[in-house]
Amino acid sequence: MAALEIFVNDRKVACESGATVLQACRAAGVNLPTLCHFKGLSEVGACRLCLVELEGSPRLAAACTLHVAPNQRIRTDTERLRRYRRMTVELLFSERNHVCSVCSANGDCELQELGYAVGMDHVRFPFLNPICNLDASKSEFAIDHNRCVLCTRCVRVCAEVEGAHNWDVQGRGFLSRIVSDLNQPWAESTTCTTCGKCIDVCPVGALWPKHKAQGQFEKRPEFVSELIAKRGRGRP
Amino acid sequence: MNVAEWEARAAAARERMAASGTRVCVCSGASCMVSGGDAVLEATEKAVKSAGLEGSARVVKVGCMGTCSQGPLVRLDPDGVVYQKMDASKAGRVIDKHLKNKALLRESLLFAGPAEPGVERPSEHPFYARQLQVVLEHCGRINPEDIDEYLAVGGYRALYKALSSMSPEEVIGEVKMSGLRGRGGAGFPTGLKWETAYRHVADHKYVVCNGDEGDPGAFMDRAVMEGDPQRILEGMAIAAYAVGADRGFIYVRGEFPPLAIRRLGIAIEQARAAGLLGRNILETGFNFDIEIRIGAGAYVCGEETALLISIEGRRGVPRPRPPFPAESGLWGKPTLLNNVETYAGVAPIIERGGEWYSTIGTAKSMGTKVFALAGAINRTGLIEVPMGITLREIIYDIGGGIPGGRRFKAAQTGGPVGGCIPEQYLDVRVDYESLVGLGSMMGSGGLIVMDDTTCMVNLARYFMEFCMDESCGKCVPCRVGTRQMHLLLSRICGGEGTERDLALLEELAPYCREASLCGLGQGAPNTLMSTLRHFRDEYLVHIREKRCPAGECAMAGAPAGVR
Repeated sequence: MAALEIFVNDRKVACESGATVLQACRAAGVNLPTLCHFKGLSEVGACRLCLVELEGSPRLAAACTLHVAPNQRIRTDTERLRRYRRMTVELLFSERNHVCSVCSANGDCELQELGYAVGMDHVRFPFLNPICNLDASKSEFAIDHNRCVLCTRCVRVCAEVEGAHNWDVQGRGFLSRIVSDLNQPWAESTTCTTCGKCIDVCPVGALWPKHKAQGQFEKRPEFVSELIAKRGRGRP
Repeated sequence: MNVAEWEARAAAARERMAASGTRVCVCSGASCMVSGGDAVLEATEKAVKSAGLEGSARVVKVGCMGTCSQGPLVRLDPDGVVYQKMDASKAGRVIDKHLKNKALLRESLLFAGPAEPGVERPSEHPFYARQLQVVLEHCGRINPEDIDEYLAVGGYRALYKALSSMSPEEVIGEVKMSGLRGRGGAGFPTGLKWETAYRHVADHKYVVCNGDEGDPGAFMDRAVMEGDPQRILEGMAIAAYAVGADRGFIYVRGEFPPLAIRRLGIAIEQARAAGLLGRNILETGFNFDIEIRIGAGAYVCGEETALLISIEGRRGVPRPRPPFPAESGLWGKPTLLNNVETYAGVAPIIERGGEWYSTIGTAKSMGTKVFALAGAINRTGLIEVPMGITLREIIYDIGGGIPGGRRFKAAQTGGPVGGCIPEQYLDVRVDYESLVGLGSMMGSGGLIVMDDTTCMVNLARYFMEFCMDESCGKCVPCRVGTRQMHLLLSRICGGEGTERDLALLEELAPYCREASLCGLGQGAPNTLMSTLRHFRDEYLVHIREKRCPAGECAMAGAPAGVR
């Protein structure tokens, strides 16, 4: 991999060709919030939190799917980007029924952390309060769609790392739901290996081990990333 | 088929067409079919037979003739007389009077109405006279289910010209010179796209045609697929030669009446049988074949990356670009993706030259554009006009103005992700840049006309609902943003809106436009933004006075007496 230089917020940053802008930024200590990104899994550019301004382009680009190019000039921290990131987090909180006080991931939740990181002091948009199901059919784990943010990390870790492809997305738009097999109860899935990787990569409390009560669940996402690295698969 | 055989077959077809006497062309486009076109076809055939005119007249089913509001239509060629609003008995009378007695059936002439005598020569009527048909030149004139008729009017001459006497670079050069831009709506220079796909080296390349026409009120591509499908195949074959592709796909919208898909299928089979698709086309060593892929009902699959993913058999969800399909498309191979109308415009460009095409239209938007006229307009239908024509000419001269003596309010171009253009801009010349400048876009060609009974807030709510329902759900700004904007617009339409809701809308709209992943989310707030720009007063009346000026919204939240 050849080395090249890009400019992040006017600062020269050295990186390798083939890297994403997100990787280059993080290596240089420039913090960008992310949600759908997970180290080792494929990138989808869905949450739009890592949006950056790219000089010469009228469009905003997701840093996780944008590849570095020589002398690229990136801005990561403009007023507009900060505002949009906060709106994204606000919209996520407004979308489903996020009640931290009863959530097993309370205190170890990336959505919660994002709220603090983007300075969200309240949600200005109406709460949409959709009716969402909870599938607790499986003896070890449960999935609560009230807390799901549709980042699709579970879908990707299951397909790309475990190779089981138990999870997928059904429906579209606001009605999209993560489904097990072809929308079967999780316990009846013929593909799930009960490996638990989806539990560890879920950024929120949508997937959790059933024996953990409110605030007790400590995720081990780095374990999955290490596993991917050791196997020599997936992305760096 | 070799060249000599092909030429002989075309010549024979031409002779047959000329020798058949009067061609009784019965429109078999979807619009005329649903208003009874098949009964008319049957009755016409029967009448010709029983009148013993089989030697001097031939009944042909053809594609859309354009004046859909007057259908079912029957045209008699070479006289060029068109009869409107046909049914089985009227069709019999047309044969009797026009063919047998050589007189006009006046009461059924095109555009005949209680106050109008109808027109004897449609070509002189402004509806046709103001048009310039390049893409639609054979549509409504030839039988779309008979490749011989396409050959008779010069079909596949452009492909042969390209294969026999032009290099791929020369073909691309000609398309570049023509100034043709993507007719799907974005207006990307077609020649440039071809060049990108050409430059990327790979063992396989693909050519894909986007026929997933999903905008409400738009039926341009469907009409071409139904009326002149061979033209699309020829354009794709030329494109495949230019970029070095050997396989093609046509992605057709699944909800279409089965007609378009059936006719494309027939066209592909006939082209294959004639050796115009497949291996060693016209003995030039060029191989190319086309398959149809039918969509499963998602609007977002008209977005190019989602369309390609759908062809691959996966859930149709857009992915970020770059890489663009021309670099990495179907199964990671360079893929050229254009719209139906774009491909249908290629053959005349190759045959008559890019320079000829570039003389039509404006300096930046060259050539012609097909529009589907719908909504509050007298002559709904399908038209093709040179770029640079004004909206006033389209709506009043060609479209015949607004019915019921009502007042024009706005025209929506670009479908749900387009925008509305109010009365004061009726004289703006229609091209890609001017429409964007007005906060709308060219789009694929749907033109919905609205009169003063349309509420612009409700219009924005309606199109937002469409985008919300069709959002794939992948990215947050589109998935949640459209849902929130729809909720806020519904509140305002219901008389429960506040100025704070309006402020939130004005914050969400640019966010959704700039932060969304694909064109659907980026375009979803367009109608909202353009109605806010041109009709802000209407929003304020809804909010402050709890009243709908157009009388369309039921103001549930309005205090009694105001409703």
